[in-house]
Amino acid sequence: MLKILKYAFFDLIRSRWSYTYFLFYFIITFSLLYLSADLSKVIISLMNIILVLSPLIASIFGVIYYYNSREFTELLLAQPIKRSNIFIGQYLGLVFSLTVSLLLGLLIPFAIYGIFYNSEIWNFVILIIAGVFLTFIFAGFSYNIALHNENKIKGFGFAILIWLLLAVAYDGIFLLALVTFSDYPLEKFALFATALNPIDLSRILILLKLDISALMGYTGAVFNNFFGAAKGMIISGLSLFFWTIIPLAMIIRKSSKKDF
Amino acid sequence: MTNILKSVLLFLLLSFGFNNHFLSQDTIYVCSACETKTITSALNNVNSGGTIIVKEGVYLEKTLIIKKPVNLIGINYPVIDGKNQKKELIVIASDSVSIDGFQIQNVGHSYIEDLAGVRVQRKKYFSITNNIFYNAMYAIYLEYCGNGIVSNNKIIGNAKNEVSSGNGIHAWYCKNLHIENNHIEKHRDGIYFEFVKNSTIIGNISKNNLRYGLHFMFSNNDNYYDNEFINNGAGVAVMFSKEIEMYRNVFADNWGSSSYGLLLKEINDAKIMHNTFTKNTIGIRVEGANRIDYLQNNFIGNGWGIKISGGCYTNKINKNNFIANSFDLSLQSSSNDNNFDGNYWSSYSGYDLNRDKIGDIPYRPVKMFNYIVNRTPETMVLLRSLFIDIINFSEKVSPVFTPVNVFDSKPYMKKIIF
Repeated sequence: MLKILKYAFFDLIRSRWSYTYFLFYFIITFSLLYLSADLSKVIISLMNIILVLSPLIASIFGVIYYYNSREFTELLLAQPIKRSNIFIGQYLGLVFSLTVSLLLGLLIPFAIYGIFYNSEIWNFVILIIAGVFLTFIFAGFSYNIALHNENKIKGFGFAILIWLLLAVAYDGIFLLALVTFSDYPLEKFALFATALNPIDLSRILILLKLDISALMGYTGAVFNNFFGAAKGMIISGLSLFFWTIIPLAMIIRKSSKKDF
Repeated sequence: MTNILKSVLLFLLLSFGFNNHFLSQDTIYVCSACETKTITSALNNVNSGGTIIVKEGVYLEKTLIIKKPVNLIGINYPVIDGKNQKKELIVIASDSVSIDGFQIQNVGHSYIEDLAGVRVQRKKYFSITNNIFYNAMYAIYLEYCGNGIVSNNKIIGNAKNEVSSGNGIHAWYCKNLHIENNHIEKHRDGIYFEFVKNSTIIGNISKNNLRYGLHFMFSNNDNYYDNEFINNGAGVAVMFSKEIEMYRNVFADNWGSSSYGLLLKEINDAKIMHNTFTKNTIGIRVEGANRIDYLQNNFIGNGWGIKISGGCYTNKINKNNFIANSFDLSLQSSSNDNNFDGNYWSSYSGYDLNRDKIGDIPYRPVKMFNYIVNRTPETMVLLRSLFIDIINFSEKVSPVFTPVNVFDSKPYMKKIIF
């Protein structure tokens, strides 16, 4: 598995898309930092970008990479290698290369602007953790979609649809539900619905550091209990971890049964 | 200004008066090896205007009632211990009394009486300085008194709940008080003013109190400068008062569902300048406050910068910095008579073509999401979501739900430095 991982990783890291992705984050972060020296403001702006873009890029990259390396995969399948090793190796190679682009793209400009000597460092770390988790989760989704669909167009369509649903539409429906049923106690529902969407989860994880004073403004006991202590951090972190595990398990299950 | 003059005058009067007495009257020393062993007997024997010097040690005595002008001076913080019995420790029942350098501790808690470490009853020209109070229900209780100084005291309480606890410095029907450089912790209210006039509160630190760091009720013409209010139930509450000046204070970390840096309720004609509000759930909560000037304050990283309910008229909110607050301003009223011009808003995204450092398009600080959160508080979990940004944007383009006439027509492009 390590060998396949290594191969996929170096294959991807040399590709022009990895550089583009890296350069994109690098330039965005640099220009934001250049325009406003206030690190916390930059982190808020970057949060919006990362929460939307890193899932999108991970989804599209995942689908493209699967379809492009299909012939190589078939070649590997002919060898005496465990199927789960092949697919998990490819998946991890893909995810690692995306993560490297993301990490370097953010870290280099921030390091130059002295994040390591700044009190905002923890907000920055949480931002990076959220970005990495989202990359893992959405690359997992897209890999699953590609495994299930032989048709490339259909695969792309599904991947984008899932992204659109979770990044934008979900919050709209969620908001509508909250406003419509505002006469009922909604605290538990609100927290539960948040946990069902990895993008919302990562957002909450960042908010717990950045906007905790506003979150504490709500009177309900369940919210206060959740937001008030380290509990909220731990629970949302764990849920994100589960969101990473589930697509991975599905890849293993599907790949062992799939007929190539 | 008149207040500063008054306090200087008062200080001169005090020191001059005491010096005069010092020369003409005798001095009594109190310690376990001295001739006089208790403060009670020293108080009985000292001449009017005399000095009692108390040396190190623990003094367990009945309530000390001071009936003549006297200077009570402690050396190395002699301890006056109430052993949590239901009694008061020192009662000042004469003009011109000073208490300096004691450690006053363990005043009992009562649900019937307000027990105090030091109580001043209907007297003037007192000074309570450099003392340490531990575990008192009320540390200093001032009733019907005037022209007093309370300074450099360290007051650490032990308040568990609002019902059974008292305030650090409690003033009731007083005037011309000067409260400076005290450190107050863990009481119900750090400093409490009710019907107090013409008084000054300078340079105090009030933190970890159950209710308010500083609480004004029906108190007019008072000032507070350079104080710090940290992690209280709410920082400062100013209620039913007039003409209060609030300059250069720090309000920080007042978190909770009903928590504010500063609460203004039914107050008129106040000035709020050069204060810093950081990481409070609500920076300033305003209810029924009129003709108030908010000038050159910093609001940094609060949940809400300013939250205004209906019935607030002719307020001026100018030249403030609103930086990285989750909501800069919330206004629950359809009509608006307040002026929001010339502030710096860190979430302003306009441009400045003529380079006069003032943005060319007005800024609308009340967002659509504000309106939604007011209606359905649970939607708070959607803060900073992409969908919320989209509806905020569409509301910005054509306001429907948010008040149309609330905007800053001259928003600054850069942080205002003052």
